[in-house]
Amino acid sequence: MSKILNKENLAPEIDLFTIDAPLIAAKAQPGHFVIARASERGERIPLTIVDYDRDAGNIDLVVQAVGSSTMEFCSLEVGDELLDLLGPLGEPIEIKEIGTVVCVAGGLGVAPVYPKAKYLKKAGNKIISIVGAQTEEMIIMKDKMEDISDEIYFSTDDGSLGEKGFTTDILTALLEERADEIDEVVAVGPAVMMKAASEVTADYDLDTIVSLNPIMIDGTGMCGGCRVTVDGETLFACVDGPAFDGHAVDFDELMMRQTHYQTQEEKAKHNCKIDKEVG
Amino acid sequence: MTERQQMKKQKPEERINNFKEVACGFNKEEALAEAERCLQCKNRPCVDGCPVEVPIPDFIDKILEEDFDDAVDIIKGKNALPAICGRVCPQEEQCEIECILGKKGEPVAIGALERFVADFDLDSDKEEEINSVEAKGVKVAIVGSGPSGLTAAADLAKLGYQVTLFEALAEPGGVLRYGIPEFRLPKSIVDEEIDYIKQLGVEVKTNVLIGSTLTIDELREEGYEAIFVGTGAGLPYFLNLPGENLNGVYSSNEFLTRANLMKAYKFPEYKTPIVTGKNVAVVGAGNVAMDSARTALRLGAEEVSIVYRRSRNEMPAREEEIENAEEEGIDFKLLRNPVKIIGDGDGWVKELECVKMELGEPDSSGRPRPIAIEGSNFTIPVDTVVIAIGQGPNPLLSKKTPELETTEWDNIIVDEETYETSIEGVFAGGDVIGGAATVIAAMGDGRKAADEIQAYLQGKNE
Ligand SMILES: Cc1cc2nc3c(=O)[nH]c(=O)nc-3n(C[C@H](O)[C@H](O)[C@H](O)COP(=O)(O)OP(=O)(O)OC[C@H]3O[C@@H](n4cnc5c(N)ncnc54)[C@H](O)[C@@H]3O)c2cc1C
Ligand SMILES: Cc1cc2nc3c(=O)[nH]c(=O)nc-3n(C[C@H](O)[C@H](O)[C@H](O)COP(=O)(O)OP(=O)(O)OC[C@H]3O[C@@H](n4cnc5c(N)ncnc54)[C@H](O)[C@@H]3O)c2cc1C
Ligand code: SF4
Ligand code: SF4
Ligand code: FES
Repeated sequence: MSKILNKENLAPEIDLFTIDAPLIAAKAQPGHFVIARASERGERIPLTIVDYDRDAGNIDLVVQAVGSSTMEFCSLEVGDELLDLLGPLGEPIEIKEIGTVVCVAGGLGVAPVYPKAKYLKKAGNKIISIVGAQTEEMIIMKDKMEDISDEIYFSTDDGSLGEKGFTTDILTALLEERADEIDEVVAVGPAVMMKAASEVTADYDLDTIVSLNPIMIDGTGMCGGCRVTVDGETLFACVDGPAFDGHAVDFDELMMRQTHYQTQEEKAKHNCKIDKEVG
Repeated sequence: MTERQQMKKQKPEERINNFKEVACGFNKEEALAEAERCLQCKNRPCVDGCPVEVPIPDFIDKILEEDFDDAVDIIKGKNALPAICGRVCPQEEQCEIECILGKKGEPVAIGALERFVADFDLDSDKEEEINSVEAKGVKVAIVGSGPSGLTAAADLAKLGYQVTLFEALAEPGGVLRYGIPEFRLPKSIVDEEIDYIKQLGVEVKTNVLIGSTLTIDELREEGYEAIFVGTGAGLPYFLNLPGENLNGVYSSNEFLTRANLMKAYKFPEYKTPIVTGKNVAVVGAGNVAMDSARTALRLGAEEVSIVYRRSRNEMPAREEEIENAEEEGIDFKLLRNPVKIIGDGDGWVKELECVKMELGEPDSSGRPRPIAIEGSNFTIPVDTVVIAIGQGPNPLLSKKTPELETTEWDNIIVDEETYETSIEGVFAGGDVIGGAATVIAAMGDGRKAADEIQAYLQGKNE
């Protein structure tokens, strides 16, 4: 059982949790994730390790309540315990000095981008961040991203913060002006965004790392449910990724596979809301 | 000679609508009548057929005396998981095939008797008497809680070692938990057998992925003087056919894990979903394929077929399970091989294209080689396809432990005599070392490895 030590609301339906998990904190690296299950009837859900404190033995998770299991997770409070927590899972990303790295984060993508940007910065890289969300209110971890960025740009769908439009619009403009200054791009967010960002960078032949979020169960390579096509080969995102070369990923297949349980999810979410209202 | 007692089963038309156990077990009268058939042979051929050498005539004799407590003790001396083995052992190729009665008629129903005795034990409130052995103060780690790990853990705990069992999943049991369905092996039985092992003093730590959460090196640093690796064969194989990543195409591991471990058959009460449409095709014909097909039927599928490239004779599943599947109306499409999975244009599987096969000369496995008949392609309409063509060891642990030598198929290499791996003090057994993939064979490995671990530790600490 893993105890929740702290909870902080970051935006509507998005919470940051600090969790007591000494074994996981001791091993966590940028790019790692965990599988969590709140209660006996809950689903196993993958969540990025957003930050970790090895000395204190805890990890940070950011959860957006989008469906029944994440809603249940976000209803937990300080002092409550998670039934299951497994990790660290996945392959960490390589942290080395490359030069200038552009970090693009769409929506909740800040959660996986932040640890990568933070440690890339520590390794001596210049970080240019592009952070986007629907509205200003939905931009999470703004201060933290500002702290570790040499330059930072924002985009919102309604123009309430930064440019009105998408992160990829800013990325396109940036590359048009200064592509030769840039050595690598890290882009994480919804699959459509990662696909668009990878298309933009392909024109400049810029190395682009994305982090994929297919549906997972075990997170250890035993079910194959998370399979993705990379460079024409079927790989398991939970053990071979979740970070991959954005230019090699079949994003259309990923997006298709993400809809696998849409009908069922609606049903579960509906039940969950009823539970909440009745309970 | 009296006839073999037939175990009562739930009627096919009823059982396909529930997840309750299909085979009901013997009652006392049936058990006594069956025990009566045993000739108590002096040379005990049946015992030779059992991989863990259960003293079969001895426990059958105790049944006749109606001393079921003693019968249990006799079995448990050799087999820590009798309620499980009595249900899932391929008895027809092990103990029962050697039974003298089988030469002329039907062998003694040894598995059913073992199950009867074990169930009697589980039902009785009798406090399990655990002979307290002197604690040796020596720590041993077991990695993986399938039958091999559970057996090694139990044996070493009985010898007084301080045993910790590490399991990656949230609940212990390995395939017994996530693979074999409730209707064949109720999870309450797995729970009780695991409770027994805990009573022996084994500490069970779930949600620990060895290789990631803790490494083998770290286990040794923490003072575990010997380690047994029983991580099984959990990596699903795919066919590498076009269309295999379409929605509605599952590996059997995913399909069964959703249904069993995560209880998707109780969705939405349990939150993990599963999709089975009207038409389901399962590729393969082993136990895993039968389990997947019968699970699909219980999840509400109307037409479920098994697609297999050889003929009925070569099907690797247990005979009993094939018969159960046939009774339940599973359609066996034999001598058929899938060549392509066709989508509906929206990302969902729609048809399975197959080709007809014929049998040729025996291949390296000794079974006739299936040969495609050119131009015989046809399609089956499907909403769900489950690929159940086999599994290999999960390479995660060996990838993170480079000194651990493996074959090119990721099986951990061990010394045949000692079960020791390329790392001193690290032993392995069960499906991860390859060979016959049965519960009882995995348990046999766990047992022998435990003996070797004891010898190793005694040598080391002298
Ligand atoms: C490696 C990885 C890291 C992730 N990190 C985070 C994170 O840090 N914070 C966060 O809020 N979310 C993260 N996610 C997504 C998160 O796991 C899903 O939002 C969650 O599982 C949805 O569950 P639900 O029942 O609440 O929603 P549902 O109603 O079940 O589903 C909503 C949508 O989420 C996706 N989804 C559903 N089930 C899963 C599943 N088991 N695995 C992955 N995606 C699923 C589907 O595309 C679905 O349409 C991550 C996913 C992956 C694969
Ligand atoms: C669906 C199905 C039906 C079957 N039916 C039968 C049958 O009727 N009769 C029969 O005799 N046999 C049957 N078998 C085969 C039998 O179940 C296996 O041979 C047996 O379970 C192997 O035991 P094991 O101990 O080697 O490993 P497993 O049972 O595979 O257990 C391995 C355990 O190790 C854990 N693990 C893996 N890696 C790690 C790690 N790095 N760290 C921590 N834990 C880890 C896994 O999560 C798992 O719990 C069936 C198999 C399947 C899949
Ligand atoms: S353990 Fe299996 S093989 Fe051995 S006697 Fe029991 S049923 Fe037969
Ligand atoms: S071989 Fe058959 S009849 Fe003889 S002792 Fe064994 S079970 Fe009894
Ligand atoms: S989540 Fe099961 S293999 Fe990746």
